[in-house]
Amino acid sequence: MSRWLDDPLLSVEGLTMRFGGLTAVSDFHMRVGRGDITALIGPNGAGKTTVFNCITGFYKPTQGRLALAHADAASTHDVDALTRSGRRFASMGGRDLFLLERMADYEIAARARVARTFQNIRLFAGMTVLENLIVAQHNALMRASGLTFFGLLNTPGHQRAEAAAVARAVGWLERINLIGRADDPAGALPYGDQRRLEIARAMCVDPVLLCLDEPAAGLNPRESAQLTALLRSIRDHDGVSVLLIEHDMSVVMQVSDHVVVLDYGRKIADGAPQEVREDPRVIAAYLGVDDEAEVIAAESEIARLAGEAP
Amino acid sequence: MAAPTAPPRSRLQTALGDAGFAALVTFGLSFPLLAFRTEQDMQNRLVVEPRWSWSLAAVLAIFCARLLAGLIQDWRARALAIPGALVAIYGGSLALGPSFSAGALTACAGLVLLALAFPLDARLRQAPAPAARSEGSDRSRLFALGGVLALFLFPFVMLTLLGPAGSLKWINNYGVQILIYVMLGWGLNIVVGLAGLLDLGYVAFYAVGAYSYALLSTTFGISFWLCLPLAGILAAFWGVILGFPVLRLRGDYLAIVTMAFGEIIRIVLINWTDFSNGYAGISSIPRVTFFGVPFTANEDGFAALFGLEFTPIHRTIFLYFLILCLALLTNAVTLRLRRLPIGRAWEALREDEIACRSLGVNTVNTKLTAFALGAMFGGFAGAFFAVRQNFVSPESFTFIESATILAIVVLGGMGSQVGVALAAVAMIGGTEILRELDFLKHIFGGSFDPAQYRMLIFGLAMVVMMIWKPRGLISTRAPSIFLKHKRAVAGSLVREGHG
Amino acid sequence: MENFLQQLINGLTLGSIYGLIAIGYTMVFGIIGMVNFAHGDVFMLSAFIALLVFLILTQLVGLAYPPLAFLIVLLAAMAFTGLWSWAIERVAYRPLRGSFRLAPLISAIGMSILLSNFVQVAQGPRNKTVPPMFTDLIRLTDGPLSVTLSYKQILIMAVTAALLLGFWFLVQKTALGRAQRACSQDRKMAALLGVDVDRTISLTFVIGAALAAVAGALYILYYGVVNFSDGFTPGVKAFTAAVLGGIGSLPGAVIGGLLIGLIETFWAAYFSSDYKDVAAFSVLAVTLVFMPSGLLGRPEVEKV
Repeated sequence: MSRWLDDPLLSVEGLTMRFGGLTAVSDFHMRVGRGDITALIGPNGAGKTTVFNCITGFYKPTQGRLALAHADAASTHDVDALTRSGRRFASMGGRDLFLLERMADYEIAARARVARTFQNIRLFAGMTVLENLIVAQHNALMRASGLTFFGLLNTPGHQRAEAAAVARAVGWLERINLIGRADDPAGALPYGDQRRLEIARAMCVDPVLLCLDEPAAGLNPRESAQLTALLRSIRDHDGVSVLLIEHDMSVVMQVSDHVVVLDYGRKIADGAPQEVREDPRVIAAYLGVDDEAEVIAAESEIARLAGEAP
Repeated sequence: MAAPTAPPRSRLQTALGDAGFAALVTFGLSFPLLAFRTEQDMQNRLVVEPRWSWSLAAVLAIFCARLLAGLIQDWRARALAIPGALVAIYGGSLALGPSFSAGALTACAGLVLLALAFPLDARLRQAPAPAARSEGSDRSRLFALGGVLALFLFPFVMLTLLGPAGSLKWINNYGVQILIYVMLGWGLNIVVGLAGLLDLGYVAFYAVGAYSYALLSTTFGISFWLCLPLAGILAAFWGVILGFPVLRLRGDYLAIVTMAFGEIIRIVLINWTDFSNGYAGISSIPRVTFFGVPFTANEDGFAALFGLEFTPIHRTIFLYFLILCLALLTNAVTLRLRRLPIGRAWEALREDEIACRSLGVNTVNTKLTAFALGAMFGGFAGAFFAVRQNFVSPESFTFIESATILAIVVLGGMGSQVGVALAAVAMIGGTEILRELDFLKHIFGGSFDPAQYRMLIFGLAMVVMMIWKPRGLISTRAPSIFLKHKRAVAGSLVREGHG
Repeated sequence: MENFLQQLINGLTLGSIYGLIAIGYTMVFGIIGMVNFAHGDVFMLSAFIALLVFLILTQLVGLAYPPLAFLIVLLAAMAFTGLWSWAIERVAYRPLRGSFRLAPLISAIGMSILLSNFVQVAQGPRNKTVPPMFTDLIRLTDGPLSVTLSYKQILIMAVTAALLLGFWFLVQKTALGRAQRACSQDRKMAALLGVDVDRTISLTFVIGAALAAVAGALYILYYGVVNFSDGFTPGVKAFTAAVLGGIGSLPGAVIGGLLIGLIETFWAAYFSSDYKDVAAFSVLAVTLVFMPSGLLGRPEVEKV
């Protein structure tokens, strides 16, 4: 049942991140199961986004190892060998293995195939919806255009690659119901559409792991339901593992296979949603322990939300 | 805005109040700088004398301009009325002073303009706002084709109309000069307009191109046609070298460092005399040839070869076509690159660098290619400059040049090729026309030197145009790819880059 | 050793002037995040104003007592330059506030060209020289290479120090200083809390220009000559000083100014005076590339 222990796509070991004197995350361990939707939850300021930024390379961790294996789980022996070799990534025993803490942010997206979205949406506002999805396929198109030289000559190979990129973008636009707005600037879309477009753009990178930073923030209930369906289809249809930070407990309880709870930069719970929901430490972290009544109210709320989930 | 208790002031009262305040401030501003002049006397001592007339003129001019701006709403009518009023004042002061007839004539002309402005304003205010123009891509393509055709015909039309001697000025001072800046503007547009990297030292690459041709041709005797690509490659190389250390910098900081690099290169050119011959520059650079055939009066010259009568205009026309082709090449490459992954990555970089990195775009390479390509076109333009002038010196590569080129790009509307071309015509053509003000000497007397007002007006124009159109002449962005409809992106959504 | 001491004195004098100009850059950048490109030309303008006021006083008014003349020149230059800077901000920068980020930069470059050419038209293209004032020297050591400290140099350093103290009090202790700091943190929030943002920004420009005017008056006192094109290079060097000290930091601007003055003087004395500007520009580039927050500035963290 616990795929994250048997077949982890990503294992985070001893991650510590300090900013000057402030320790945002300390000695954090987690595993992201292949094919799972993993939720990283915790109160505001718990260090969730810091963990995200370390995984996607926007922060260099102070300490720790983040090993990502394509195909199937890497043996400890292989990871240790790669760590000792001093290299950033290698093909070990037929598996592509990456040490994310050593890689630059763009390499993590391009080589390790980890794509992400941002808490405050970062679309290319002045480019059209279609252009946003084409830019996401930059590296594939760059290769097809022979680092621009074939592209300047407009060779058939380049034309085919561009047509394929457009087809892929169109496919995603149909899935997120934005095909009618393909030629509109991304900045002109309503908020909920921008959230979905950002996810589609990340998916156009062709990732193995999709990291979503609060994808349901600011969505109305109908949009939240659409999002839940989209996340499931990404997991089941595209076979992409998802790691998400989320505050909306209904979304978390509905879609996650695995929940990790962070508080004050430390992991306080880790397991299936049902286990985590009942963990007294989690309840305490979210609500404080002083007010008994609030804890009870919160517990019943969580139970109610979990009951709604199929 | 009137206070709630006081009766609302009429527009005239408000305008008068504003104008009075502006006049007062102007008097303060003009107090020592205009109201007094200094001169060296026989003992070489600096002597100060009052010159209240200048101060008075400035106060009067500002008062009238502010008053008219308060009374007239439409900017087109303002553009008619304010110069009219200023001309009228100038003419009036002349009529009282040195030359009555010329002054009175000037004053009348100014008053006519002023009188025309009021009915124009009334009519423009009543007229409904023009409907938003549809962005027909067919029409704009036709327009572009017509423009290019007109550019190719321009020297021949001038030649037929004005003859070899009369057309020289138009082809050289206007045609060639403007096209150089169009090309430089297009080259810098890659860096600033597309990639959003603020570069205030672009003239450095222009200088690298010019000195490359100057030194390679005078030292090794390499021909222009071989030097041209070499100059571009060397400039691109320098683009990467100077681009590398500034990759992490953003915004104004990037502008300042690139400006520092531009100045360092200029100071080195001034002081490293063994290499560049310092202030004296490099002269007698080989002139351009018609692919090996020189433009001389000799038997093997261009004129003799084609059975034409020799005239120096042949070379000028050839230079015109050369820079036209170079500029069009820059344009064609830029337009093509915009539709390629690298061009889209530049624009994405301008929109959001962090998002770019999250999508696997190598921003270091992307920035460096923008610097290198922009520099390469600057290098081509530099080599052309050297072969046109036959002389290069550090004087030609001052900070003002960089500022002018950047102003052309920003005024054109960042990223818009047509806008940049229009801005270059306005800025460079405009300052060239100011050179033609010599006729004013006949009105104001020989001591009047219109040339010194040229840069004054140039600086003023930069300020005024930015306030008038902060996003440039063409602020909309054309998408690089579309599914069904090609719709321009509104300028307010397009970001200017933080690099 | 004598040479070193002499260069130290010269460098500190020059550095005082740069430091005074640098404060204008650093304050404006701190409050509206804009490099006021015309500030160097405002400095040049102030030197002309000081020159003219001095000549008016000595020749037309007939004031013969130099210290009083100097004091009036200083005050008049501060007032008129402040007015100029106020007008420039009002006309060329305020309409562009909150608009496209490049527009104010281009407008400022245009203003810089406008100002230097305005002075050229109004006062002519030639160098303007004034008779030397306060010419007495103090010999600190005897010998073939005696170290001298002129009254001028003492005056420059004393005026700079006194003004900086007054200025420090102004920004640290008064309501205006508080409003400035509030605006530089968050302009919208400051406006919501009742700070008159427009007025605060205007005053910032005026104060920066007044300090540049002191620098202009001291410049004309020290060198005795000024030209309409003298704004650009000192302007860039003062900006370098502001960057070196950490842009936004007022003590940083002064320290940066002194350092730039010393670097330039020692470079010219020990290496080559031809390349002294290269030294300043290189310091600028190296600081921005390797230490963008300068000596005393706060480092900027990239927000994801």
